[in-house]
Amino acid sequence: MIELLAQTGLNAIYGASYISLVAVGLVLIFGVMGVVNFAHGELFMAGAYVVVALYAERFVPFFIAVAAGLIFVGLLGLLMERSLFRPLRDNPLGGLVASIGFLMILQSLAVMGFGVRMEHIPPVTQEVIEFSDRVRLPVARLYVILAAVVMLSLLSYFLKRTRFGWALRASAQDPQAAALQGISVNATAKIAMFIGAGFAGLAGALSAPLVSVTPHMGHSIIVTAFIVIIVGGIGSLEGAVLASVIYAVVHTFVTTFYDGVLADITGLALMLLVLIVKPTGLFGTANRA
Amino acid sequence: MRNTIIWIAVAAGLVALPEFLSYSQQEILVFLAINILLVSSYRLLTLTGEWSLAHVVIMGVGAYTSALLTKAVGLYVPLGIIVGGVAAGLIAFALSYLLFRMKGFYFLIGSFASGEIIRLLWRRFREPFGGSKGLKGIEAMPDFSIGFHRFDFFEPASYFYFTALVVALCLWVLWRIEKSPVGLTFHAVHWQDHLAQASGVNVRAYRTLAFVVASGFAGIAGALLAHYVGTINPNSFSVEVMVFVLTWAIVGGTRTFYGPIIGCIVLTILNEVVLRELGLEQTRPLIYGAILILSILFMPKGLEGIVQKFLPKQEAR
Repeated sequence: MIELLAQTGLNAIYGASYISLVAVGLVLIFGVMGVVNFAHGELFMAGAYVVVALYAERFVPFFIAVAAGLIFVGLLGLLMERSLFRPLRDNPLGGLVASIGFLMILQSLAVMGFGVRMEHIPPVTQEVIEFSDRVRLPVARLYVILAAVVMLSLLSYFLKRTRFGWALRASAQDPQAAALQGISVNATAKIAMFIGAGFAGLAGALSAPLVSVTPHMGHSIIVTAFIVIIVGGIGSLEGAVLASVIYAVVHTFVTTFYDGVLADITGLALMLLVLIVKPTGLFGTANRA
Repeated sequence: MRNTIIWIAVAAGLVALPEFLSYSQQEILVFLAINILLVSSYRLLTLTGEWSLAHVVIMGVGAYTSALLTKAVGLYVPLGIIVGGVAAGLIAFALSYLLFRMKGFYFLIGSFASGEIIRLLWRRFREPFGGSKGLKGIEAMPDFSIGFHRFDFFEPASYFYFTALVVALCLWVLWRIEKSPVGLTFHAVHWQDHLAQASGVNVRAYRTLAFVVASGFAGIAGALLAHYVGTINPNSFSVEVMVFVLTWAIVGGTRTFYGPIIGCIVLTILNEVVLRELGLEQTRPLIYGAILILSILFMPKGLEGIVQKFLPKQEAR
């Protein structure tokens, strides 16, 4: 029983890692631009397909493919900022609808480029860390966990200790006041979009060999990310990370002891509960919506 | 008098229309009629300013209810369709207790979550919802004779007449609601909710009313669909379908009654005629996505804005 709990706990840590990478990016974009990016799940998908194209089909080393995924998806983010979110800055609903349009385009391009079938990606490493007979952690999952810890620490340092980070937080708090202080709203939006999208791409690229990669994989990712940012409090990065952990633990345990569909229902019900009881979430203060 | 003549001409045109179309085009006509009801009922909901992402799932509630009742109890199909609408309205009423604690983006996400929960419940409970495979062999509309003509509702043309009649009736009711004092209050709730509240309007009650009525009509649309296609499953009512409804509404525009209907007709023609002819059906999401983006960027007033330019200035609203 202890072993089962330990194993499920490890699975939950892995789940929390990639979910928090996705959710933190979503929160950053929302915080700085006030736009809810529905295409975020598809950015994750795009990152996974970069790994398919480079690592699985062209035998580029895995970590170079992952880096390429981060940069490529970050650039997609810049494209979205420039072509969609900037012209629609005064129209949050418009930005949201435009991101739905972008999502459909990305999905369709993935279908045209790779087909709807599940992609086969050769495992990066077969190594497994064995804590005991029944408690094991595949090293490929460890990569995701390490990446999440490193990237989130870097982001935290960037936001709290650098001038660009201060500018970013200032624009998130009050765009007009920030602009009056000489902070370029366009520049902070670009940085936020690149980081936010890049994190989703990184998470997708790293977990590509571990999950089933299809053009429609973004749907469950975005649903999960929404649950996490609502529970954590929209606009709160710490909340998003904490909520990722809570969600991953609840979801993994319900999946292990009952079944996957019930776990999905539990997650959504958790979100509805938070929306009803405390719409600002566990940590949220922002009410830009 | 002039209006009566126009309406009679429109009705005659609709009766004659299937004669000029192929079998598959007649089928498209049935779906078009159902989608017009769906998008028009969605507009009633948006009148109060809230954009729901659960509308298609609510439509599914009507479809499942009618399909299950006609099969299990042997309910007469047209009655089943009405009961489907009522059930959808009731579910919406129950959901309204949760959802109308939220506004704006929170409402959007809350409606999305509750819709997904309903869909997952259909998937989880094989009894009675049939799980992921859904329901098959749904009762078809029984034949109906009016003396000189016998309607066989497996024929798309016959089912189109039936659907068009039901949809026209529903649209008329929706139109009357919007033009009634209740409809004007919906507008007030959208544009001036604090003022409306200060004037003694129970804002939440009106939001709930719009939500329940709109959902009822969506349920009827769902039941009409179920009895025509014969099989439904949780994926028939997925978010992708919801995105299509959103696209019709946004491309058409939601300020006028006819806006979403124009959007639905134009995009259906584009989709079924142009894309199918060119063999580009695979790229449908791509083209819909591009249209959605372009119309939000360059045509924020929707197609109705273009129509209004050419119409003589009528009532300014």
